[in-house]
Formats: sequence, C-alpha cells, structure tokens
Amino acid sequence: MKKIIPCGFHCIKIKNLGVSFGDQLVLDNINLHIHCGQMTAVIGRNGAGKSTLVRAILNEVPHTGEIRFENKMSHQIGNLRIGYVPQSINIDKSTPLSVYDLFQSFTGSLPILLRNKKEYDHVKEALDEFDVGELIDQPVGTLSGGQLQRVLLAMAVHDTPNLLILDEPVSGIDKVGMDAFYEKMKYLKETHDLAIIVVSHDLDYVYKYADNAILIDKTVTAAGSPKQVFETGAFANVFGKGAAGNV
Amino acid sequence: MFSYEFMRRAMIAILIISPLFGMVGTMIVQKKMAYFSDALGHSALTGIAVGVICGIGNTTISMMIFAVCFALLLNYISRKGLSSSDTLISVFASCATALGLAILSRGGNFSNYSALLVGDVLSISWVEIFELIGLFFLILVFWWISINRLTAISIHPTLAKSRSISVRVMEDAFAVLVALLVMLSVRWVGILLINALLILPAASSRNISTNFREYTYFSMIFSLFSGVVGLTVSYFTDMATGPMIVIVASVIYFATYIYGKDRA
Repeated sequence: MKKIIPCGFHCIKIKNLGVSFGDQLVLDNINLHIHCGQMTAVIGRNGAGKSTLVRAILNEVPHTGEIRFENKMSHQIGNLRIGYVPQSINIDKSTPLSVYDLFQSFTGSLPILLRNKKEYDHVKEALDEFDVGELIDQPVGTLSGGQLQRVLLAMAVHDTPNLLILDEPVSGIDKVGMDAFYEKMKYLKETHDLAIIVVSHDLDYVYKYADNAILIDKTVTAAGSPKQVFETGAFANVFGKGAAGNV
Repeated sequence: MFSYEFMRRAMIAILIISPLFGMVGTMIVQKKMAYFSDALGHSALTGIAVGVICGIGNTTISMMIFAVCFALLLNYISRKGLSSSDTLISVFASCATALGLAILSRGGNFSNYSALLVGDVLSISWVEIFELIGLFFLILVFWWISINRLTAISIHPTLAKSRSISVRVMEDAFAVLVALLVMLSVRWVGILLINALLILPAASSRNISTNFREYTYFSMIFSLFSGVVGLTVSYFTDMATGPMIVIVASVIYFATYIYGKDRA
C-alpha cells in the first residue's frame, strides 16, 4: 500500500442515520463527521447499538439517512472504500485454511486452489507490513488472537481504503497485543491519511489514542474529544462516575 | 470386468462424478450445509412426483426444476432468520419427502421407484454420461471463478460484503449448482447415500489438511479412490455399488481421523 501525505480534506458525513428492526428502533438520528487522519472511537453500554452502527455503515442492515464521502475543498462526492476488521471470524481449529488462503480469498483473483510466486510474494509483503509475514503458511485456526487481528488488519488496509472500521476484539489479546494494535492504528492514520472508526470496550485506550469519542445509546448522547466526553453526565450514567477517574 | 459394456459406462460415470463430489463437498462442509444437501437429495422424490403429475415424460427435468426451486426457497427462508435454519430445512425436507412418497405410492406403485433409494450406476447410458460431462465443465468453470468468494463468505459474510462480494448471489448460485449436481447423479448413487458421498471425502480431507489446496485435492482423490475401489469391489462381490463406495469412503474417514489425531 502506498504512503499518502495526510491532507485532512476528506470527510465522511453521516446524516440522520436510523435503523429499526421491525417496530424496534435501534438507532435514531445519528449525525457524525469523520475526518481523514483521525481516529474516532465509538463507545457505549452493551446493546447501545455500536455494532448496528458499524453494520449500517457497511450497508449490511437497511438504514435511513445518508452516508457521504466528501472532499471538503471541492465538495465532490467520492466513492467510499471501506476496510473492515471484524471482532473475530468463524474459524475453528480444524479449518483447512492458511493465512495465505484467508488473505487471497478476500482480496485476490487467483483461485486459492492454485498458487504462484508473484501472488504469494504480494501477500507476504502485505503481511510483513504488520509483522506477520512469517505466518503466511500457518493454518488460521492456530493463530493467537493478536496475530489474527494483525492479519485481518493487513487485509483491511491492503487496497487503501478511505475509512477503516474496527471492531475491537474483546477477548484473546493481552495488553502487549492491544498496545501494538493501537500503535499500528496510530501509525496508519498518520501515514496513510485514513479515517478510522473503532468500536471500543476499553476506555483507557480510547483516552490515550482516539482523537474523538462518541458515546451512543440509540442516538449520540455525547461527542467530542475523549476528555470532553468522559466528563459528561451521559458518560457517568453509562460507565459510573469513577470510570473516567483512572484514565 | 471391463468386457461388459455396462461396466465400462459405470466406470466412466464414476470417474466423472466422484472428483466432482469431492470438490463440491469441500464447500458444503466448509459452509456447514450438510443438512441442506441431504434435504436436496430427498427432494428428488418430490421432483419425480411433480413430473408424474404434470405428465412430464423425462422426470430428470422435473427433478432438476423442482430441486433448483427448493434450494432457492431454503436459502430464502434461512436468510429470513426466523427460526434456526437446521430446523427449518428439516421441516421443509420432511414435508417435501412425504409429499413425494404419498404421490408416488398412489395405487401401490412405489416399487417402480424404489431403485432410486439406493441408485444403480450400472444402468447409466451414454447420453446420461454426456450430461454428466457437461455438468463437470460447468462446475469447473464456476469453481474457478467463485472459489475465493465462496470461501470468503463462509468465513465472514459481513467482511465479504465489505469487500463488495455479493453474498446473496454467490450463495444462490452455489445452491443451484449443488441442486443440479445432486439431481443429475441421484439416479446412479441413490437418495439414501448421496449425501454421504458429498460429505465423507471432504470430512476425511479436513482431518489431515492445513490449507485449502490440500483440502480440495485430497478430497477429490479420496472421492475418486472410493468410487473406483467401490465399483470394483461391488463387481466382484456382487453387491450394490453405491453402498460399497460409501463403505470405502467411511474407512478412509476413520483412517484419516486417527492419522490426524496422532499428528495433532
């Protein structure tokens, strides 16, 4: 993936987004601006609609309102390319799938029943950027949570998306892994001009790494810098008064 | 044994069908669709019944049309997600099977169709072999184009969708293909055993494979081996071919299971 100088001129605008399942209103009147080169953390209690928001942005669930990708200088609307890193994938230990197969099945056109050196090297190079190149022939089922996360990340940024959406893993990654994960994210947004949305469960990391935080509970109940959001009453209601104290 | 014309035809049919089953089976197992393919096999009865009622002389055509509709219906219902899909598939499969049995048994005539249950590869004709060859190339082309996307969908549908893979189209296309394969071969393999032939080679291969190429090629080899050995043994022991093939495939499964366990 090519390095791009950050410009800060691109913006993803989400206007009045709403999602309902049957009669149940899950998300209502969500308005967000997400800028390139910035990391925006989505936080909230369980069932607040964080995952649904992600799925709506990915167009996986029907939604009202609009999602636009805009160049702030020319006001041109571009095609939004989204890179997505799910929380986990459906792989059990016995799945006969190597890291190469996983990567190639999502990103490549050469059938995974064949292999040529050019494609193989190409995949290895992409994995190397996330320090997991040596895992290329390992079965995916044997990777640790942190290793898998980095492979998925390499896949997500492989064809230079404008927006990277991450579902932060809740299990299987230790503190060292999480630190590395967020450091990589920081590096990506700074060098590749990416807009990043991360659905996070860990307030410490949000405070340390995110440029913006958004607290949702069906709708946006607080937004701003992590510090600002952590000081709101809405935040205290969800996470308790002491939650912001230790960060 | 090849002095008999019917044995030559049977062997050619096996050489075409079995690698195909091995290949398609890998994706059925990977996508956890064993129930689905089993239901499709049973729907062959209903397809024939529909053909008989509508007065269609060539029941293979009515079987194929019914199976394709049935497969798409099952996909549609699973997507609605109203109830767990194995229950739903079971409900629809039982319903279709009962309907088929009821119609075909009218007037005490079911014995005309009972050969369908165990299949009879020895009765295959040259025309039918050419149909299978046609299907062979159709599936090969589809596999070449779609294997990456099918695999991606089996791992994470949302992630696949985020990479502009049309999940619904691919799932429907695969279901239709499985329906065609099952319907064109059910006469030779038998309703009772067809799913075993789809699942066993792939399941055996899964025991010992670490990547997708091994998975596919081992599955095809196991399937081909079971077919050829099964046919040969059935000739010399004068037993039905379908069951013999499944017995060989089962032996391979247990062998790979033990070998795979040892290795792990």
